[in-house]
This record gives sequence, C-alpha cells and structure tokens, in this order.
Amino acid sequence: MEQLLSAEYIVSILLSGISLGGQLALIAIGYTMVYGILRLINFAHGDVFMVAGLLGIYISAALPMYIAIPVVIALTIGLGFFIERAAYKPLREAPRMSVMISAIGVSYLLQNTATYITGGQPMTYPAIDALTRTVSIAGASTKLVVIITPILVVVLIVLLTTLINHTKIGMAMRAVSKDFETSRLMGIKINNVISMTFVIGSGLAVVGSILYFTTYPAITPTAGAMPGLKSFVAAVFGGIGSIPGAVIGAFLIGICETIIKGLPSSWNVSVFSDAFTFALLIVILTCKPTGLFGEKATDKV
Amino acid sequence: MKKLFAVLLAACMVLSLCACSASGGKSDSGAKVIKIGVFEPSSGDSASGGKKEILGMQYANSQVPEVTLGGQTYKVELVYGDNGSSTDKAPSAASSLVSAGVSVVLGSYGSGVSMAGGPKFEEAGIPAIGVTCTNPNVTAGNSYYFRICFLDNFQADVLANFAMDKFDAKTAYCLGETGNEYDQGLIAFFKQVFEAAGGKVIADSFPTGNSDFGSYLNKAKSEGADVIFTPVSIAYAVQIIKQAASMGLETPFLGSDTLDDNMVLEAITGSDLKLYVSTFYQEGGSKEFDEGIKKYINGSSEALAANGGNDTISAVTAMGYDAYFVALEAMKKADSGDKAALMKILPSVTYTGVSGAIAFDEVGDAVRDTAYIKTADTAAGTWVLETVQTGSASAAETEK
Repeated sequence: MEQLLSAEYIVSILLSGISLGGQLALIAIGYTMVYGILRLINFAHGDVFMVAGLLGIYISAALPMYIAIPVVIALTIGLGFFIERAAYKPLREAPRMSVMISAIGVSYLLQNTATYITGGQPMTYPAIDALTRTVSIAGASTKLVVIITPILVVVLIVLLTTLINHTKIGMAMRAVSKDFETSRLMGIKINNVISMTFVIGSGLAVVGSILYFTTYPAITPTAGAMPGLKSFVAAVFGGIGSIPGAVIGAFLIGICETIIKGLPSSWNVSVFSDAFTFALLIVILTCKPTGLFGEKATDKV
Repeated sequence: MKKLFAVLLAACMVLSLCACSASGGKSDSGAKVIKIGVFEPSSGDSASGGKKEILGMQYANSQVPEVTLGGQTYKVELVYGDNGSSTDKAPSAASSLVSAGVSVVLGSYGSGVSMAGGPKFEEAGIPAIGVTCTNPNVTAGNSYYFRICFLDNFQADVLANFAMDKFDAKTAYCLGETGNEYDQGLIAFFKQVFEAAGGKVIADSFPTGNSDFGSYLNKAKSEGADVIFTPVSIAYAVQIIKQAASMGLETPFLGSDTLDDNMVLEAITGSDLKLYVSTFYQEGGSKEFDEGIKKYINGSSEALAANGGNDTISAVTAMGYDAYFVALEAMKKADSGDKAALMKILPSVTYTGVSGAIAFDEVGDAVRDTAYIKTADTAAGTWVLETVQTGSASAAETEK
C-alpha cells in the first residue's frame, strides 16, 4: 500500500492516463463530428481505427517508416471516404435507423475481413523509433509516446478548430450541422462537406491508432471495439456533436480508468475500470442527456 | 446500376449455395467415412492456439487417413466447428458438429469453451476428447468428456514450486482475465499452493478486451512482487509481454501452457524479460514427429500461416496429434465407429503418443505426472528446456 503512494508510481499512472485520454480523444472527435453533421453514430469508426493499425503493420513491413506512415494515413482516409460513399451516401434519404444499421454492418464487415486476413492471430505493431524511446519523468520511466500524445492532441485540436471557424469548408460544415436542407438550398455541396467530415475523422483516427498501438502494441480484429466504445462514451459525456466536449470527456475517462486500474489490488476494484466508463454513460444519460457541452445548439461541429 | 448490383449479389448467393452442396456431396460418394469433430477456435482470442492444435490433427490425419473396422476400410474425415474462442459461440459450434454426425470430438483449446460446448456432446451421446483444456471442471460432471492433458491444479502446483525453488519467491503477483474460468482457476490453485508454503499472493484481474497492462505491471512492481504469474490467453499474453518489455521489467514471468506459443516467443524476443512456461511437450521429445511436422508445416503456406509464420513446434500441436491417434485407437479397440461403442471403450483405451503415455482415470482425465518447464531464449528467439517437473506429493493429493 505505502509503495503505491510513491511519487514515481503516481506520476506513471497519471502519465499513462493522460496519454490514453489523448488517444481516445482523437477517436472521439470522429464520432462527434459525424454525429454533428449527419446525426449518425458511425459504429464503424472504431473498426476504421483497427484497420489503420493493421495497415500500419503490413505497410511498415514493406516500406521504411517515414514513407509508411503517410501511406497508412492516406489509405485509411481513403477507407473512411469510401465507407461513406458506399454505405451511407445511398441511404441519405432513408430513415436514420437504416444508416445506423448500415454502419453496424460495415463494422462487422471490417472485423471479419480482418479476421480473414490475419487469421484472428494477434499482430504486433512495429516499434516507431521516435515514439518508443524511453524517457524518465520524476523517476518514472515511460515511452516518449506518452509525452507526445497530449501535445499532439492539443495541436491537432487547435488546427481543427481553426479549420472549422476560419475557413470556407469549416463554415459549410457549421451550416450543414445546423440545417441540412437549408444549407443545400443555399448551394452548399453537402456531399463534399460530409466527405470532408469523414476524411477528417478518419485522419484523426489514424493518428490515434499510431499513438494507441505504439503504447499497446497488439492488434486483434476486435482491437477497435473497446477503444471505439469508450470514445463514443466520451463523445456522449461531453455532449455529442461538440468537439471540446468530446476531448474533455476522453481525457476524463482515460485518467479515471487508469487510476482505477492502479488502485491497490487488495481493494479488488481494478476489475471495474470498464464498468466505471459505462456506468458514467448511464449517469450522464439519465441526469444530463445532452452531455457537458451539448446544450449550445449553435456549436454542432 | 442498382439492378446490376442486385443481380450480382443474387448470383453470388446462388454460387455460394452451389459451393456448399458440392463440398457436402463429396463425402457421400466413394469410400465409407467416419467423421471426427474438431471443436477448436479458429477465430477470436485463442485462434492462434486452436489453429496449432488443429495442425497436429491434420498432420496425423494426413499420415493415417484410413482406419479398418470390421474388415471394412473407412476414410477418416475431420469436420470443423469453430467455437470462436467464446463461450457464447461454443454451444452452437458444438451443435453443428453434432448435426454433422461426428462419432467423436477432439478439442477444444481453452477450457471455458470446452465447458460451454460439453453439455451438447453429452446430450447427443458423443464422447469428446479434450486436448489441452486443463481446467478440472471440463471433465468433472460430464461423463462424456475425456482429456489427454494434465490438469490445472497439477500445473499450478508445478509452477508455484518452481517459483519458490528457483527464485526463492515470497510474493507472487497473479494477473488473469475477469470471468475466464481458465485464468481464474489456475490463479486459485496457484494461490492455494503458494500460500500453503508461506508465500504471499496478490491476485488481480483485468476486464475482457483490456489493452492497457502497463498500470497492472507498474502495480506489481510497486507492491514488490518476486514473480508475476500470468495464465492468460495468447492475445493478452502478447500484450503483457510487449508492455513489460517496454517498461524494462526485471521480475520473472511465469506462464501456463497457453503461453507456450510462438506469438509469445516472437513478442519476447529481443527484450530482457525472463519468462518460464509449463507445457506438455518440448521440441526434441520425439525426433520423428518433430521432423515430420516441420516438413508438413513448411509444405504448405496455409499450414505455415496457421503456425504463425515459422516452424517452431507448439506443445499443443503435439497434443492434437496424439488426440487424433487416441480416437483412432478407440475405434480400433471397439472395432466400430459408432459413438456409443466409442463411449463405452474410451475409459479403457491406452496409447503412447509423442507427448508420453496416455491412460484415463475414473473421471476421464489423463493420468499424467510430468510437466516441462521451458524458458524463452530472448536472444535467439527459441524455447529452451529449463526442467522437467514431476508432480509433488501435494499435487497427487489435490488431484484426488
């Protein structure tokens, strides 16, 4: 018990919590943006994240890392774009439930394709030198990726908010999220805007997958399911449709979960780390269904 | 465009139907067939182990594909039922084997799925031979389940004694998956033995689907563990090893038979970790089998992929090989391929396989008193035999 109070232990727990939170945040943004624009919960998002990890394994085996990473990013963005065009666009006028079922279908398709290709065996993510180097902070040794993650997340979010608030496509996205039909009448090419949303979401998911799988380097076909679900909870917690909400929700879930896992084993609570996340979802849905930042209807993207 | 798509889709479905009937029809024509059910995971967390176990059966089947019973030659056909490594898919996989009309079932890798599928075989009156499902509850209470491997209480005893002898361990940190019978059973047995000998056990569990093991390993380190015991499935073992390697953990790891897998070996290669696993078979146990299976694995790209891309022999492959011949031995002895006749004869079947002599006790468990403890040579990426452990007096006691 006393050993657990050492500064080294506490720092290491907090660091891994913040980094897990950052990785979840990158996935959560994908959920929340798509919801903001299409009112669709894109269940396939967690699996796109997993596919990005698998692509990372296969492509880095063939190409040097500095070429492989951009290729993986490009391919995953392509996948996100293609999923939207093939599975969601034809259902644009259909009831929202049909699109949601289509999303679940895509999710299973990706998982089973991955099972077919990998044979269900856990694949090991390659070590990216710049990220796996060990550094020491306050006596706790950790991988560099743990430090880089929160910084990268903040940088990406600043870029994203600039894009949304200060560019033409960003303005279009805000318009579409407010009113689908009217923005179409105003001459906004909504298909382009929606594609852009999927491109951004998938792009962030790739970055998330590189960071996540560098920290937890084994990928199974269902590796995307849990992080996907947790990011979804984070997005709901922060108020689905709100980007800052999703990010704060993700960090909160990441940190709380790691702390719960790190509590002394004699208390026997570490097993409830996932239960905490989903209990939080229930509490939020019953007490404040709109989430932390969900009320401001003006800020849907 | 849409119509074209619909037509294509329909064509696909019709074609796949044809494919089904074609493959089903093959066995009807030609020689008489006896079907052996292969109840193994080829997807999910334990796919890696299940496939290697299947590999042993397939190799055995390629060597002896026929059996002569009552003057008639029968072709032995393996029928596969993928239990998906999950206890909710296992019963339906078991039912599919039952409806395929198998005479005897081999498998499964993983105790939880064997327990979940067992009642289906019992209902149908089909005897099942467990290959590497080590939890005592697989055979207890199910008279139709037999097994050819040692049990978890024996394995845990061997490992606990090994930890105390080799490392002079006082505190052991045990980590398993919540709700997994295999993990939790082994930890409970390990705790029993280790605490009886005056040691301290810290038992911890992680939720299913967890990928952050750094927090657990940090905790093990902070709580002063001398050894870390992780009897988990391969997918988790790989993650634990990888994360421990990146932390530079010096505490030795103890693993159960599941960790004897070349994915785990691959994960640990190049690190400074110490890993000791208890297992059923060590490469070199039977030269003839080693050479044959290596040739078989290297002979087809499918087999090579199933074995994880190299020809390191897993103990489960040897066990799958032996299980097939135990089934054949039973058929020969009963002089029949009938499930009821096999069920009657199985308790008295004895067979000496590559993994040692096999005989069943009154519960249907194999009478085994030897476990191999292997350690990973992290520089060369191979398993090295550490010691051969026979059960202590207390293990024989708990086994009863």
